[in-house]
Amino acid sequence: MSLTPEEVDKIADLARLELSDEERSAFRYQLSSILDYVGKLSEVDIEGVEPMSHSIPVFNVLREDDLEICNTETRSEIIASFPEKEGDLLKVKAVFE
Amino acid sequence: MDTRTLTSQKISQGLTAGEWSAKEIAQAFLAAAKQGQNSTHAYVDLAEDLALQAADESDTRRAAGRSLSEFDGVPIAIKDNIMVAGCRATAGSNILKNYVAPYDATVVQRLKSKGLVILGKTNLDEFAMGSSTESSCHGPTLNPWNLERVPGGSSGGSAAAVAEGSAPAALGSDTGGSIRQPAALCGTVGIKPTYGRVSRYGLIAMASSLDQIGVLSRSVADVAGLLRIIENRDPKDSTSVDLLEKWQIPAKLTGSVKGLRIGLPKEYFVSGMEAGVERAVRSAVDRFKELGAEIVEVSLPHSDYALAVYYIIMPCEVSANLARFDGVRYGLRVPGETLVDTYRKSRGQGFGQEVRRRIIIGTHALSAGYYDAYYRRAQQVRQLISDDFTRVLADVDCILAPSSPTVAWKLGEMADDPLAMYLQDIYTVSVNVAGLPAINLPCGLVDGLPVGFQLIGRHFDERTILSAAADYEQAEGGFDSFIPSASPKEKK
Repeated sequence: MSLTPEEVDKIADLARLELSDEERSAFRYQLSSILDYVGKLSEVDIEGVEPMSHSIPVFNVLREDDLEICNTETRSEIIASFPEKEGDLLKVKAVFE
Repeated sequence: MDTRTLTSQKISQGLTAGEWSAKEIAQAFLAAAKQGQNSTHAYVDLAEDLALQAADESDTRRAAGRSLSEFDGVPIAIKDNIMVAGCRATAGSNILKNYVAPYDATVVQRLKSKGLVILGKTNLDEFAMGSSTESSCHGPTLNPWNLERVPGGSSGGSAAAVAEGSAPAALGSDTGGSIRQPAALCGTVGIKPTYGRVSRYGLIAMASSLDQIGVLSRSVADVAGLLRIIENRDPKDSTSVDLLEKWQIPAKLTGSVKGLRIGLPKEYFVSGMEAGVERAVRSAVDRFKELGAEIVEVSLPHSDYALAVYYIIMPCEVSANLARFDGVRYGLRVPGETLVDTYRKSRGQGFGQEVRRRIIIGTHALSAGYYDAYYRRAQQVRQLISDDFTRVLADVDCILAPSSPTVAWKLGEMADDPLAMYLQDIYTVSVNVAGLPAINLPCGLVDGLPVGFQLIGRHFDERTILSAAADYEQAEGGFDSFIPSASPKEKK
């Protein structure tokens, strides 16, 4: 199975990923060979098999909805790693146009 | 002192006997690490100041008779996708190149609480995606046995550091073989614990249902002792579990291989393995026979599908996990005209090629119209693979298998063929798919390059594989024959 350039563009758009022209064409073929390989799963009889999402059975792990205060040092480190800021506030592009 | 021959246990004994101080030990390993940076490049960053300070504090505690554990003052290196407060956590990616961890991963916090000294952060494939440590934004790590060859991956920096003697032990992470395969290619011991034994809090996530943190070192006792420190439930990781008493690893590994039933999966010994690798693995089988183990041929009929299952589930989880790197809260931000533009540019320029490739595969497999054919079907086959192991491990105590089909290959050899690189994981991914524990042990050299094999156990039964591994190690007279020469073949 081969991907069309339009399909690759659509996936890149869904993934919010800018691709170069070179990459767009290289990925088409590389992805096709990988998808061909994983396509072998279609031979397996999976009738009645439940999908397995985890290897150990863990269900609904809950905790009290308590507020935990972040220590000052961690807080200032987190703020220090903002790409852009004003004071202690994270600066971002407008979300609504 | 020759750091290459020092295990964590020997260091600990020397500290107790007053043979050396924690500071002297830290200095010796830091010196070896600095030297290594000019050849193997095992580390991303050395944490020299923090390490020397921690070593000083350890010496002070010891002098006051207040050591925190037998490992107080023993150094360790940490893979650079695990957070150490105040150190960069780059995950080998440009998108995190300047990111400094604001807090410790739970495993790091536990190591520190026992007095261990963190030497620095070891190199890896970008976001742990790769089998050769070539895709790091910091440049590749080279194999200490031969500088023209890869150390394996993705924990290639951790494996190279242990092998070259720039750390007695190191933490790694294993999503599809990333501890066991580099351990095999560098001739070290490396354990990937049962999924859920060790907290993943503070590990930069790759594929959350498969990732597990583990230990690489030069002896079985070391990996067992260090695993005992980092394991157990953590409220910050809901998939970590409370360890039942029967799952606990004894302080001293005892037990005998005599009478142990070890399964050899026939599907793993049919083809694809290099002849020299197969000979070395067979010699390990013979050793277990001599020690009184009963070797049984077993069948894991869905083995042939494990890699395909892995290369669907992993990229799907990758595409979801890496959505958080969007240029907004931390990491690289490349400003665009609009918010969406900023996402596209930051991610497009921040992620390297293999990461982009996997995000694209995962996004495609999860997109409308493809979900059932790929992700759901892969999860169903995952169940069948897991059932194979459950059935076999009801009959045998553990499984013996190769860790890698080849010895270390040359740098750049697989750069243009991602599928060829993926096939290197053929013997390791099933263990992650089923969530089982497995340990790599060295078993031979082919053309001067190490070969490893793995013992795979039942869920949470690390005790059996560690005890068998300890017996094997003792029968082999230790793994000192797997120390590379001090001056490996120079880089051309």
